[in-house]
Order: sequence, then structure tokens, then C-alpha cells
Amino acid sequence: MSEVAAIDRPDENRQEIESAVVRFAGDSGDGMQLTGSHFTMTAAIEGNDLSTFPDFPAEIRAPAGTTFGVSAFQINFGARKIMTSGDQLDVLVAMNPAALITNLADVKPGGIVIADSGAFTDRNLTKAGYTESPLENDSLDGYRLVKIDMSRLTVEAVKEFGLSNKEGLRSKNMWALGLIYWMYGRKRQASIDWLKTKFAKMPEIADANIAALNAGHAFGETAEMPAELGTFEVERAQIEPGVYRTITGAESVSLGLLAGSQLAGLNISFCSYPITPASALLHQLARMKNFGVVTFQAEDEIAAATAALGASYAGSLGVTSSSGPGIALKMEAIGLAIGTELPMVIVNSQRAGPSTGLPTKTEQSDLYQAVFGRNADAPMPVISVSTPSDGYDVAIEAIRIATKYMTPVMVLTDGYITNASEPWLIPDPSTYERFDVEFRTDPENFHPFLRDEKTLARPWVKPGTPELMHRIGGIERSYDTGHISYDPDNHQKMTDVRAAKINGIADDIPEQEVEIGAAGGKLAVVGWGSTYGPINRAVTNMRDDGYDVSQIHLRYIWPLPRNLEELLKTYDQVLVAEMNTGQLRTLLRSEYLVPAEGLNKVNGKPFLIGELEDAIRARLEK
Amino acid sequence: MNVQSPPEKLTARDFATDQEVRWCPGCGDYAILKAVQNTLAQLEADPKSTVFVSGIGCAARFPYYMETYGFHTIHGRSPAVATGVKLSNPELDVWVVGGDGDMLSIGGNHTMHAIRRNIDLQILLFNNQIYGLTKGQYSPTSKIGTRSPSTPMGSIDNPVSAAQFALGVGGTFIARSSDILQKHLPEVLKRAHGHRGTSFVEIFQNCIVYNDGAFKHFTEKSVQDEMQIHVEHGQPLLFGKDKSKGLVLNTSEMRLEAVTLGENGITEADIAVHDETNRSLATMLAQMDPPTMPVALGVLYCESAPTYDASVHAQIEHARKDGEGDFTKLLHGGQTWTVE
Repeated sequence: MSEVAAIDRPDENRQEIESAVVRFAGDSGDGMQLTGSHFTMTAAIEGNDLSTFPDFPAEIRAPAGTTFGVSAFQINFGARKIMTSGDQLDVLVAMNPAALITNLADVKPGGIVIADSGAFTDRNLTKAGYTESPLENDSLDGYRLVKIDMSRLTVEAVKEFGLSNKEGLRSKNMWALGLIYWMYGRKRQASIDWLKTKFAKMPEIADANIAALNAGHAFGETAEMPAELGTFEVERAQIEPGVYRTITGAESVSLGLLAGSQLAGLNISFCSYPITPASALLHQLARMKNFGVVTFQAEDEIAAATAALGASYAGSLGVTSSSGPGIALKMEAIGLAIGTELPMVIVNSQRAGPSTGLPTKTEQSDLYQAVFGRNADAPMPVISVSTPSDGYDVAIEAIRIATKYMTPVMVLTDGYITNASEPWLIPDPSTYERFDVEFRTDPENFHPFLRDEKTLARPWVKPGTPELMHRIGGIERSYDTGHISYDPDNHQKMTDVRAAKINGIADDIPEQEVEIGAAGGKLAVVGWGSTYGPINRAVTNMRDDGYDVSQIHLRYIWPLPRNLEELLKTYDQVLVAEMNTGQLRTLLRSEYLVPAEGLNKVNGKPFLIGELEDAIRARLEK
Repeated sequence: MNVQSPPEKLTARDFATDQEVRWCPGCGDYAILKAVQNTLAQLEADPKSTVFVSGIGCAARFPYYMETYGFHTIHGRSPAVATGVKLSNPELDVWVVGGDGDMLSIGGNHTMHAIRRNIDLQILLFNNQIYGLTKGQYSPTSKIGTRSPSTPMGSIDNPVSAAQFALGVGGTFIARSSDILQKHLPEVLKRAHGHRGTSFVEIFQNCIVYNDGAFKHFTEKSVQDEMQIHVEHGQPLLFGKDKSKGLVLNTSEMRLEAVTLGENGITEADIAVHDETNRSLATMLAQMDPPTMPVALGVLYCESAPTYDASVHAQIEHARKDGEGDFTKLLHGGQTWTVE
């Protein structure tokens, strides 16, 4: 394929728009995730702000053509700050009937639906549950429907490379990508370069994919294009200058863990057991061996947690990671970390539950488990990740707290953040303040539970240190000697001091700020974690419309910021929006006796901006 | 800080803590503690580089009595905790101590995976065929018919053989001894310590309160010669008073048979020679039970194999062969773009 075909001619008649939401949907074997990530990369390179959301099935390779095998990738890109992956779709690309039937409800009225008519066979229609083709009746009259036989056109475009029909069809996603590139006036070069590198050893595959990409683009350019399809221009966004990359939550947390361990001057021992959606962290860190990172795929969740704790005992930073059901299994080990006062970081990529629940769908329903989910009085700091890039700073903060206060710390992220991506202004690691760990080496008056007067933290001693041999364990320890103690008064004292130590961390974290708006007013929308984006956009929109509403977004779940009670009490109403049935709301009500109300959903999908706007409106107009 | 030069020669007392030992009077654990302290003294082990890790149970109190580093953890998880300790610092000499309930019931999974990975630990399994700390329930090594508070009509499930389990999951060092064998036990412990990889030592230990005499059918003085065989690599498998008995390999039935020298024309030349690198032989030895066969004690199996901890760190070293990772470069990984 010649390079000439890749020249992207400017189109004078493009309609300028501020942002657009596009979703690619098809069979899990259709390469929709790859297609979406290419479009993302190109949008980022061309200066848009963006947010993405991949949505894939729990089954690895579900039967072709079925609704439960549909895989989708959504991107919201714009000339303005993008806060979410978008409520409603401007464009749905449906590669088969199942993709259409499962995604159509999200398309905005009058939105564009591009369907591969070649895949709308009787067999596929039946599998999706259609009795007649929606492309042939009036069921899609409310949309701008574009029927294109992408299957046939792709096979034609790649036939010169001698591929079988089946092999040729695998380039269908690139054909669709080429068409969407044309719609939004995007350059193809980054994708072409990527394909050449990726398939360097299989040039005919690279050529076929590039041919399909170009054919889709050319299809748009030529007169063959139906009039229903417009062409659009999305200008560059106003973005802070600097060097950017796209980053998922899994990437930001893993990079943050490494950065934090370096700031603490520690080696990291990452011990984990595969579980969706947390495994991505293990995969990331397993590739960081050149930084001295030890990764250990344990035999189960319990071994992962206990091995991490063993590593911390030996003087490394022990980190374990899982999702809800796996975190439940780790809890006894976390209790031991609390009792023996060893640092440890536990990353919880929350998903819908209880039990196995919806493994690939997001939820924020482990807040209770994080704050309260252990036997006995076992307080532990809990902090949360708000956006895909936020994981970097949150992981660093978790390590700072864990090592300074000799405590396990749980990081709450979720399935949405783990997989979603956004552009990230790459930080300069040298601008972060170091918090080097000082291991105890002085035997003078030493005992293992001697406490720092200010932090109440006990000393951390590496085995191997002369004259500091000591024993610790799960049995209650004497406040005065560190030896095992069954004395009831000592247990009272130790329980109190463990609580005081964790509560004291509130003095070492920032006071809660108001994200948008100001203290005092009619309504505060309080959130935590991945609801940041939609709440931020919704509150911004409502304030633009003159409503007195503010956004408060928590990073620190436990202990809560010192000023939070006072701050919440300055508002007439407090609305806690979260993807669970009211866990933060319960915490705030029980801690502060504030009449907080909840806006809650657990359908596996992030909040829509519209849902939040409706809830704000309802409270301010009642 | 005060720098003190270590005493010339360590003794067992140097490995004892000031903590009052809280096992029942007459418990077999006292003898094992003494044997371990003696062994470490004889090995001139460095107390500051020695770590004892345990789970829950009577045996798991062990670390509190050792003047080394020690971590008393949670039920069944000591092999996993020890794995983390060893991966974090392979220089440490890590010992794991637990009972049959801790290591073969609630923690059986971790014991299996530690052994199959061949991480460099000494695992000492104190097998008393009973739950002591929880007051006498039957354990996964209890014989069928064991009457206990939870099995008043007798236990009905098959016991597991610790040594056969360890052999089955690919263990590279499997040995047996007994609490009362104060000469034999330290020698086995020294071999275990010298082995690179997971050294699994099953120690038959008498629980005087809940299962007294569980092993007397082969440990009592009156029967021990006839009911124990102490195996040694390269030596004929002889036992009995005056070494008058031995084991021969019945090749047609693929099993060991106990014979008496001089009877039926048996001479010492017919006696099988112990080869501790032969897993099949070790398995046959581990299967032997009184009264028809003696209990095999000593190093049943030992082979040299790469250890997990060394391999983990070899991969890290390999990844660093061109130098330490560049974190700024990592942050800039993948596609980047500049906003002016």
C-alpha cells in the first residue's frame, strides 16, 4: 500500500463541535478495544482532552454474535475539559446485531448509528433476539442510520494480500476506524506506524490492516458516502502545556507504588493473586523487575496478603492487591498487620458484588469492608482514587502513611478507574518530597512496641540487625515491653493507642477543600472515588445555570479530614452520590450526625451527568 | 550504639529467650525446642540473621522461645509469611514451625506451594495427630477411629501422611525424626539446614494431654529397635536389635519387605541400600507402618534443585543487566505528546 493513500486532505465543510462521544461495539473477537485505543491515541495526539471507558464481557471469548459476547469501547473527546466518558453517544459503530441491540439505548436521539449490514445475517439477527432486521424496518427512524456492508468492503480491500475470507474479515475493525477517522478529520499516520511495528514480522497482516484503514477512510472521502453522515471538527482543548501520555488507573497505581517505594527508600514486594479487574496491577509491576520490584503470584489471596506482610516484616514494602471477594479473604492478614503494626498497602479494585457479582462491572461497595471489615477493633487508614491518573499520587500517599505510622493502608480504586484512561501531564518525580524510612538500629532501651511520641508509631527493625532480635505476633503485646500479654488493662490501653494512632493521621492530611463552589450554601454534592468526573461536570453545569450547588470530593475515607464535619454543616443539604446503596452516607451520618441524603446506583455503570443534574435540580427546586 | 563482640562459642542457652515456656509439663515440644537450640549452637548460626515464623497452635509458640527474630502469625499461613520474608531478604535463614492441624489442614495449601516452589526454608512439622490448643479435636493426621470431643464415636476420615504429601508435591528434602530422639533429631535438623530449598522435616511429637502415647508403638524403648529404621544414604536398610533385620525390594510386586538376615537364605547382599535421591524408594519408605514394617526415620529424600528465591532474584538481576531502570523513562513509556 502506498504512502500517498494516507494523506489526509482537509475538509472545508466540517461542522465544528465542542466534543463528541463515540462507541465502537462488536463481538469480543472483533478488536473493538484495539480500535478504541487507536482512536484515543489519535485524539490525544491531536490535542483533545478525552476520557475513555472500555466495557468488555466477563467471558473470555463468548460465542460469536451473542449479546453477552459484545465488547465495547467508548471515548469522549473534546475541545473543552472532558470529565467523563460521556452520558449519551453521538456515534455508535455496531459491528453486528448483538452490538446494536445492547448499545442502542445509549445513543442520543438523532445520533448516528453506523452498522455493518454485512453482519446482519438471519443467523446473527436470531442470536441477538431480532425477529426482523432493524436495518430494514422503521425501528431506527429516530436515529441517523448508516448501513454499510463493511464486511464485504473489507474483504475486497484486503484481497490482494492473499488472505482467506476469515483472515481478511479480521481487519474489519480497521475499516471502521478509517471511516471514523474521516468523519472527525483525524490523521491515520499514528495508527499506520503502530500497525507496521506491531506486525513487523507479518508484513501481509500489517499491509491488510493498513489497506482496510485506508479503504474505510477513502469510502468516507468519496461520493459513495451517504448524506446522513456529517463530517466534524473537534478543536484542540485548552490544556496545561507539557508532555502527556494516556494512563489507565492500573498504570497510575502501579507507577505510584514504584514512585512511593523509591521516595521511602524501600524495595517493593508485590504479592497478588489473579482476579478481575485487579490483575492488571500484577501485570504492570511484573514488568518492573529492572527497578528491583519483586512480584509474587501467590497460591491464593490469603498467601498473597501474608507474603506481603512477611516481606514488610523483613524490611521491604509489602503490597497486595485484589478485588472485593479477594480482599475479604485477606482480612485476617490485614488484622495481623494492624496488630503487629507493620506497614503494608492493600489495593482494592472494587467491582459489583456480593460474592462474584459482576466481575467486569464497576461499583464502590467496598467502603464498609475497607473501614469496618475486620474482626475486633481494627482501625486502618483508607484512601481513594478519583480519576485514572489520580492513582499515582494516591499510591504515593498510601506508602507515606503506611511507613510513617506503621500501619496497613487500603487504597480503594474500582473497575472503572482501573480500565478507563485519560491524558496525563507526566509529573517530574524530583518534585516529590522524599519520606525515607529510618529503620531502628539502636539497641538502647529498645522494645518492639516502643512508640514515637508524636505519631505513636512503633519502630521498624529489619531482621539481620544486630542486638535487636525480637518476637512479634498476633497475641496482644504489652505496651511496656512488647512481649505477649493477656493483661486486660493492657489490652484496653493497646486498643486505645491503636485507635489514637490512626485518628492522629487526620492531623497529617490536608483539610477538606471544596472542589467547585464554596463553603456554605444550599447544597453540597459529596462523592469519593470514580464519581469525581460526572459530579464535577454536573455541578459545573448546574452552577452555570444559576443553581447554588458545590462539589466536595473525598480522597481520605478514614480517618476523615479534620474539618469535614464543620464544612458539611455549612450547607442546607448534603447529597452523597455513590455507586453503592449508601456507604459513605452512613459513615458521614454516624460520625457527624448530619442529615446527608444519598443518590445511589449499582447498575455496573458510572453515573451519567444527566442523572446527577436531575438529582441536584430536584433538591433545589423542591 | 554498643558494639559487643559475639562470644567465642555459642551454646543452646544463647538461643533461649527470657520468656517462660508455656507448654504443658511433659510436652514433646520441650525436647524439640532443646534440639533446635542445640542444633543452631552447633551450627554456629547467626541469631540476628535467623528468623522463626509460625502459625497458630501449641507448636506455633515456638518463636517466642528462640533468641532470634520471630514472627508468630495466623493459622496455617506461616509458609506464606515465610515466603514473603525470604523473597524480601534471601540472606535470612528462615525456619517455619507448626503442627499437623496448622500445616496440613488449614494451611495445607500453603505448605504444598512452599514445598513445590522449593523456596529456601526449613519447615518443621510437629505431628502429634491431634489439635492441642483447641483442646483435643482429631486432626488430619489422626488415625481412623480417633475419639475426640468432635468425634465422640471415632473419626471416620482417612489421615494424610505428611512425608508422602511432601514427596507427592515435589519436595526436594523430606526427613523424619521424633521428639525423643535427642541424638537423631539434631543430625536431621543439620541436614535440613544445609539443604538449599524447602527442607521438610516431620517430627513425631507426643501430646501428653490429648493424645498421649500416639507413637509409642514405635517409640517405646521395648519396641524401638524393631519398629524404627534409621535410613542413611548409601547404607543398607538394616534395623532391629544387632541390625539383624533389613528391607529387601520385592521387584515383582514393587514393594519393600522386612526380612531377617540368615532366614530363607537372606544375606546382607540382598538388603536394599538407601538412595536418598530416589523418589520411588523414598515413597515406599514413607509408606511403611507398624506392625508389619518399621517406621522410616532420617533423610528419606534429598535432591539438589534451583530454589524459588534464588530464581526470583536471578530474574531481577537479569532485568538489571543493562543497569537500574530509569524511572523518568518509565513514566514516559508508550505514546507521549507535547502540548505547547
